[in-house]
Amino acid sequence: GRHLKGEPSGCGLLFILNFVSFSSGFCWANSVERKIYIPLNKTAPCVRLLNATHQIGCQSSMSGDTGVIHVVEKEQDLKWVLTDGPHPPYMVLLEGELFTRELMLQLKGSSRISGLAVAISKPSPAQGFSPGLKCPNDGFGVYSNNYGPQYAHCNWTVWNPLGNGLAYEDFNFPIFLLEDANETQVIKQCYQDHNLPQNGSVPEYPLCAMQLFAHMHAVTNTVTCMRRSSLQTAFSLNPEEVCDALSDYNVWSTLKPINTSSKIDPMDEVIIVATRIDSHSFFWNVAPGAESAVASFVTHLAAAEALHKVPDVQKLPRNIMFTFFQGETFDYIGSSRMVYDMQMDKFPIRLDNIHSFLELSQVALRNSSVLWVHTDPVSRRNESIQPQVMKLSLLHRGQSESLCLQSQPLPPSSFQRFLRAKQIPGVVLADHRTSFQNRYYQSMYDTAENILMKYPEGLSPEETLDYVTDTAKSLAEVATVVARALYQLAGGTGNTSAIQADPRMVSRMLYGFLIKTNNSWFQSIIKQDLKGLLGDELPQHYIAVTTLVNTTQLVQYVLANLTGTVVNFTKEECLNPEKTPNPEKEMYVYTWVQGSRDPNSTSRVPFCVQSTVHLTKAASPAFELKQWGSTEYSTWTESRWKDIRARIFLVASKELEIITLVVGIAILILSLLATYFINAKAHVLFSSPGDGGAVAY
Amino acid sequence: MTAAVFIGCSFIAFGPALALCVCTIAAEPLRLLFLIAGGFFWLVSLLLSSLVWFIAVQIGGSNNASVKKNLLIFGVMVSVLLQEVFRFAYYKLLKKANKGLMTISQEETLPISVRQLSYVSGLGFGIMSGVFSLVNILTDSWGPGTVGIYGDSPQYFLSSAFMTLAIVLLHIFWGIVFFDACEKKKWWALALVILSHLLVSGVTFQNPQYEGSLVPSYIIMMLMATWAFFTAGGSLRNLKLCLMCRDKDFLLANQRPR
Repeated sequence: GRHLKGEPSGCGLLFILNFVSFSSGFCWANSVERKIYIPLNKTAPCVRLLNATHQIGCQSSMSGDTGVIHVVEKEQDLKWVLTDGPHPPYMVLLEGELFTRELMLQLKGSSRISGLAVAISKPSPAQGFSPGLKCPNDGFGVYSNNYGPQYAHCNWTVWNPLGNGLAYEDFNFPIFLLEDANETQVIKQCYQDHNLPQNGSVPEYPLCAMQLFAHMHAVTNTVTCMRRSSLQTAFSLNPEEVCDALSDYNVWSTLKPINTSSKIDPMDEVIIVATRIDSHSFFWNVAPGAESAVASFVTHLAAAEALHKVPDVQKLPRNIMFTFFQGETFDYIGSSRMVYDMQMDKFPIRLDNIHSFLELSQVALRNSSVLWVHTDPVSRRNESIQPQVMKLSLLHRGQSESLCLQSQPLPPSSFQRFLRAKQIPGVVLADHRTSFQNRYYQSMYDTAENILMKYPEGLSPEETLDYVTDTAKSLAEVATVVARALYQLAGGTGNTSAIQADPRMVSRMLYGFLIKTNNSWFQSIIKQDLKGLLGDELPQHYIAVTTLVNTTQLVQYVLANLTGTVVNFTKEECLNPEKTPNPEKEMYVYTWVQGSRDPNSTSRVPFCVQSTVHLTKAASPAFELKQWGSTEYSTWTESRWKDIRARIFLVASKELEIITLVVGIAILILSLLATYFINAKAHVLFSSPGDGGAVAY
Repeated sequence: MTAAVFIGCSFIAFGPALALCVCTIAAEPLRLLFLIAGGFFWLVSLLLSSLVWFIAVQIGGSNNASVKKNLLIFGVMVSVLLQEVFRFAYYKLLKKANKGLMTISQEETLPISVRQLSYVSGLGFGIMSGVFSLVNILTDSWGPGTVGIYGDSPQYFLSSAFMTLAIVLLHIFWGIVFFDACEKKKWWALALVILSHLLVSGVTFQNPQYEGSLVPSYIIMMLMATWAFFTAGGSLRNLKLCLMCRDKDFLLANQRPR
C-alpha cells in the first residue's frame, strides 16, 4: 500500500503539553510542594545599602543560597561549621547572644558558609548590642579638619562605645532574622531529627537544609548604581532600575502660623526645636528605635502640645518651629536637605531668621532625672553666640544639670548640619554626659523594654493605651522643662508654672509608636481613606525608599491633633479650603479626620482640624544636584530586589540523585532497543498461523 | 531534588512511551492522528470524572478525613469506569472513521487495522494518563528539596515514576485486549479489563507503603502483557523463532509469490 512519510512532530507536541503543565505548576503551591518545603514567614532580611564609596549589607545568589542547617548555640559549635563538618556549605542558625563582631568576621572569611539565620534573643543581650558605628555620622557633622579637628572622628568622646559596626560591613552571604520563636523551634527540631551526629558518626542523608533568597541588584556604590539606573530610565522601554535613594518627608509646624508661599520677614526670629524620627538596625525594616528616636519625638510632641495651650502664645515676639527630621540616621538626610533649602531660598524661613536651636537627642534613660545640655565649644568662642548659649543652659537650672565644660563636643545631632552652614547658638539635650546611655543604639533590641516601659499584667488594649507608665511621667517632665524654656526663649514674660506636659498623652503616644499603632486614639486622628496606615505588628521607624512611611504620616497627624484646633467646617470646605475666600486660610492646613467612634454606634463622627503642620521633602541634596559621589551630603541608597523569602526542607544525597538519573537513562535505552527489536520482528511475532505472509503492517 | 532526579524520573516514566512513539508512531501520520485523538478522549473522561468528584465533595461537605478519603475512593472508581466508557466510545468512533476513510481512499483494505488502532489508542490513553499523574510531581522534583520533612517517605519521586510507567504500559495492554474483546464480542474479557483497572487504581490507596502498591501493579502488568501478546496474535512458537534468529528461515519457508 501507499506510505506517507509523516513528520515526527506528534511526540514533540506531547512534550510541549508537558511544559505547559510545568509552567502552570510553577504558579502556585500545590500539595506536593507543601510536602517538601516549610516556608519561614516571620523573617527579616539583611539588604544591601550603598553610599558614595562602599556597599554594606548582604547578598545572596540569584536563585537563593542553600545549605545544611547547623545550630550554633555556643562558640565550640562553630568548629563543625568552619572545619569539621562533612557536608559543606552550611547554613548557620545562630543564637542572638553569639551575634558578635568576632564571630561574624570568622564566618565572613569562610567559604563553607552559605548563609546565616539569627534567632532574636529574648531577653536582650545583657552586655548590650549595637551594630552601628562607634562614631555615628562621622564626616557629615560639623567637626572636620577645618572645624574643631580635635573633636572630629570621635577623638574626644566616643559616643557609641558598644558599636561594633556590623551593620556597615559587607557580607557575601544572606543573613536573615528569625523573629518568631516558634519558627526557630521548628528549625531546631528538624536539625535534631536529621542533622545531629549520632554517637560521633557522620549524620546521614537526607539532611535538613535551609534556602535563603535575597538577591540584590545594586553593586559597588551609589555612583555606579545611580549611573546604571539613569541609563536604564533614559534608554530602555522597560527600565530596570537597580537602586533607590533613601528619602521621605520632614514634618514641621510653627507656633504662630506663617504664609508658606512667601518668605517671612527678615527681621522675624524663629527658634527651631528639632528631633529625629527614624532609626535603623542590621536588618531591613527592623528599627524599633525606642530610645534613639521615639522617646525624643514623643517628648517634642508633648512640649508642642503644652506650648499651644498657653493663652498668650500668639503674641510672643519670636516664633517657634517644631521640626521632625527624617533620615538622620543616614548621614543627616532630613536636616541637610532643610539647610540646603534654606540656603537656596526654597524654604519660607532663612538661616538668618534662626534665633537659636534646641535639639532633643536621646532623653529616655536619664540617670537620677538628670538632663545634660550639650553645646558646641568651637562656636561658643564667638562673642555673639556665647551669651545666647549661656541663657539657654541657665533656663534649665533647677531642673537639670548644665554642662558648661568648654571642651565637650556636640553628640551626633541635626544641629551639627545647621552649624555647618551658619554659627547659630544652640543646645542639644540628652540623658548622657559623655557616651550614650543607650546600650542598644540602632539595633533590634531598642524596644519599649529598653526605655523601661512596664505595663501591669492583664490589661486590655484600651486600658494599656491609657495607662501612664513611669517612663511617660519622666518624659513628660522633660517636655515640661523644654516647653517652659522655649516659652521664655521666645520672649514670653508670663508665669511658666502653668505650662505642663500631659503624661497621659505622652503615654498614649509611646504606646502608639512603640507597641501597637492600631489603637483607638490613632484611629480617630487619621484621615478616612488611610486604613492601611495602622497595623497590628510592632511599629518600625526605618526611612525606606517609598515616600511617606507610616511614621512620618502618624507624626503629622498626631502633631496636627495636638497643636491644631477643631473648626466647624463641612467636609467640602475642609477638603477644598481655597473655594471659600479667607485670607487666614493661606496660613493653615486643613485635615478631615475620621474622629472617634460613638460608644453606642459603629459610625464615627468626623471633623476638620486646622493646623500649621507641613511636610517638606527629605531627600539628600546630592541626588538633586546629581553629585552621587558627594562627601558633603548623604548619598545613601537602597538596592532593589525581586524575591526575598526563606524555607527549609530535606536534601537527598548526590549518590541517590545520580542513581535515579542512571536508572532513567538505562530504562530509556532499554526500551528503545526493545521497541526497535519488536518493531523489526513484528511481522513474525504477531502473525497467527492462518495469516501467512500477507499481513498488512 | 534537582535536575538529575527530574530527568531520571521523566525517563523512567516516559522512556518506553517515548521509544514506542519514536519507533512506531512517528513515521505514520494516521497513527499519530489516532494517538492524539485517543489522548483527547482520555482527557474528556478525566474532566467528567473530576466534575463528578467535585460535586460529590461539595455535597458531602465535611472536613472529616475519613469522609474525604471515602469520597476520593468513590471518585477514583467513577474515574476508572468513565475511562473505560470513553475507551468504548473511542472504539465505536474509530470503526465509523475507518469506514469513512476507506470510502475516501478508494482502497479495498482498511488503511489501519483494528489491532493497530487498539495499540495506538491504548498508547494515547497511557501517555495522557501518565502526563497528568506525574507532571505536578516532576515540577517539584526540580527544586533543591526532597519529600520527607513531614515524615513522608523520601522515595516519593521514584515510586511515582515507576507507578506511572506501569500505568502507561497497562493502558496499552488494556487497549489491545479491550478492542479485541469488542470485535469478538467477548464480554467476559471486557469485564476482566475493567476489573483489573479498578484493582490497579484501588491498590494505589496502599501508598505510602509503596511495596503494597507497586508490586501488585507490576504483577498485573506482566499478566496483562502476556494476555495482550496472545490477543495480538503472538504465540510461543513465534517468540522462540524470533529469539533464536530463525525468523528468516520462517519467512523464506512461507514465501509466496505476490
